[in-house]
Amino acid sequence: MKLSAQSKAFAVLLSAGLFAGCSSTGETQDDGAYGSDVAAIDQEGGSTVYGGDDQGGISSSAMTEEERMAAQQQAEQEALRDITVFYFDFDTAEIKQEARDVLVAHAQFLSNNPGQQVRLEGHADERGTKEYNLALGERRANAIQRFLIVNGASRGQMETISYGEEKPAVMGSSESELAQNRRVELVFE
Amino acid sequence: MLLRKLVTVLTLVLVTAGTVRAELLIRITEGADAAIPIAVVPFAEAGNIPAGDKLSTVVQSDLAMSGEFSPLPAEKMLSLPSKREDVFFRDWRLLGQRYVLVGELTRKGDRVSARYELFDVNTEERLLGESAGAPASNLRSLAHHISDKVYEAITGVPGAFSTKLAYVTLDKFNGKPRYRLQVSDVDGKRARIRLESQEPILSPAWSPDGKKLAYVSFETGKPVIFVHELASGKRTKAADFPGLNSAPAWSEDGRSLLMTLSKDGNAEIYRMDLATKKLTKVTNHWAIDTEASWDHTGDGLFFTSDRSGGPQIYYKESERASPRRITFGSRYNARPRPDNSGKFVYYVHQRDRAFHIARTNLKSGEETILTRTESDESPSVSPNGRMLIYATKQGADSVLTVISADGGAAYSLPASEGDVREPAWGPLVR
Repeated sequence: MKLSAQSKAFAVLLSAGLFAGCSSTGETQDDGAYGSDVAAIDQEGGSTVYGGDDQGGISSSAMTEEERMAAQQQAEQEALRDITVFYFDFDTAEIKQEARDVLVAHAQFLSNNPGQQVRLEGHADERGTKEYNLALGERRANAIQRFLIVNGASRGQMETISYGEEKPAVMGSSESELAQNRRVELVFE
Repeated sequence: MLLRKLVTVLTLVLVTAGTVRAELLIRITEGADAAIPIAVVPFAEAGNIPAGDKLSTVVQSDLAMSGEFSPLPAEKMLSLPSKREDVFFRDWRLLGQRYVLVGELTRKGDRVSARYELFDVNTEERLLGESAGAPASNLRSLAHHISDKVYEAITGVPGAFSTKLAYVTLDKFNGKPRYRLQVSDVDGKRARIRLESQEPILSPAWSPDGKKLAYVSFETGKPVIFVHELASGKRTKAADFPGLNSAPAWSEDGRSLLMTLSKDGNAEIYRMDLATKKLTKVTNHWAIDTEASWDHTGDGLFFTSDRSGGPQIYYKESERASPRRITFGSRYNARPRPDNSGKFVYYVHQRDRAFHIARTNLKSGEETILTRTESDESPSVSPNGRMLIYATKQGADSVLTVISADGGAAYSLPASEGDVREPAWGPLVR
C-alpha cells in the first residue's frame, strides 16, 4: 500500500491527540515534539482539554487512591471522546489500532447514557466511482457501529449514513487531503 | 494506435446566463485529421426563417462533435448550391471533400420545412434526399434530425444527435452548495434545470422511452431514489429504505429498476417492479455489490463487487445465474456500462494512481484504456454505441468529456463556474 506512510502519519497525529488529553491529567508523556500537530487536531475537533483538578478540587486531599484513580480515568475517557473523527486507508473499512481506545470510550459513554443518540457519517475520498464510494462510506460507518455495539453501545442509539465522496472534509487531491476525507464522523445529537 | 485517431477535442463549458439558464458550450480545442471531410452548405432560405444559430452551423458542429467528420468551413466554399443542379462536383473534389450536403428551408405558417440532399462527391451519387419539418421555434431539433440522417447515410449507424444529456452541476449559492440536475441537447444547448438542491444529487438514469429520470437525491438528508417525469415534473420516491438507496438502472421495458439497497445489512442489488414496488434480490454476498446495469439482451446484468478484495466487474447471465468476473487487469475496476451491441463493457479502471475509462471486448477479453485524463468517472455510452461521455477533472474543476467509443476523437465540456458531473446519455427516441 502506497498510503501506509500517510496513514502512519495520521496514527501519530491521533496518538498525539490522545496524549495531549492525558498529559493534563498529570501523567507524564514526553510528546512535546508534536505540539503543533496537537493544536491542529484540537482546532478541528473543537476540543476542550479536561483537567482532573477541575472536578477533584476541594476534596482532593480526602480522596482515596481508588477514587483518585477513578476520577483520573474518567477525565481520560472524556479527553478521549474529544476525538470524533476516525480515518481509514484507501478502499478499506478497517478500524485503525490507535482508534480503538477512543471508540471504547465513546461506547462506554453511550452505554452509560442510554438516551444519547449519535449519527455515524461515513465518507470516502474522491477516487474511484461515486456509487461504490457511497457503499464504502456505509461500510466504514457500519464498521464503527459494530465496534461500538460490541463495546456496550446499543443499536438503537445509532444511526448511520454514508455521503460517499460527496462531502469531503477538505478540498484537494494530494495524498494528505485525500486521507482526511476517508473518514467516519461521530455526530452526537 | 490509441493516439493515432485522438484528434478532436471539444470542450463543453458551463455558462450561467441570468439566473435560470445554464448551458454547456462545446469548445473544439484540437482539430481532426483522420475525420471524413464533408461540406455542409448553408441552406437557402425562403420566407421568414427565425434568427439565431443557422441550421447548417448546428449540423456542422454535430458532425464535428462525433469526431468522425471534419466539416468544411463555409468561407472556404467556392459556391453555395442548394440543389443538385447547382452542385459542381469538381469544385468539391478540388476542396478535398468526400460528401456535400445542400438544402433549403421554407417557412409555412408556424413551421419550417427543410428539403435536403446528400451527395457522394466522388461517385456523384445522391445518398439522401428528404424533407422534414419542425415548429419555427424548434430549428435546433430539425438540425439535429438532419445530422442524424446524414450520419446514418454515411456510416450506416443511426446518429445520436437528437438525444439528450442529463448531468449534475455543483456550484455555490449564498455560501451553500447548489446541486442542479439538468437536461440539455447532446451538444450542451438548451439546458434546463430539473431539480435544485443543497444536498447531493447522484446517478441520473434515463428510462428507455426518454421520458423519465431516476436518480439519487440526498434532499431528505439521506440517499433516496426518485423517479422524475420530465414533462410534468412529477416526482415519486421509488426507494426510501433504511441505509443506501442508490445506483438506479432501468430495465428495457421501463417497468423495473435495478438498485442498490443496504436495508438488509450491506449493499446488495435488487430489482424493483415499479408498479407493485415488489423487490427481488439479485445479489446476496457480504461484499459490496452495486452499480448494476442490464446488458443489451435485457436478461443479463453487469455490476461492481469487491468480493475478490477490491472492486471488479462481474456479469450474471440472468438474475439467478452465478456471477462471473470480467475484469482482471488492475485492482480497481468499477461502474460497468455495456453498449447496445453486446460487444463491449465500459468502466472506470485504475492504473497506478490514475483512474481512466477502459473497455473490455466481451468476446476476446481484451481490455483497452480509452482515456488520457486521470480522474475519470461515470462513463455513459451513446445509444448508437459510437461515443462515450464521462466526467473528469481539468485542474480543480470537474468537466464532461466525450470521446469516440474506441478511444479516438475526444471533446470535453467544462464548467465555467463550479463542477459538472454524472453525465447520462439519453436513449434514441423515435
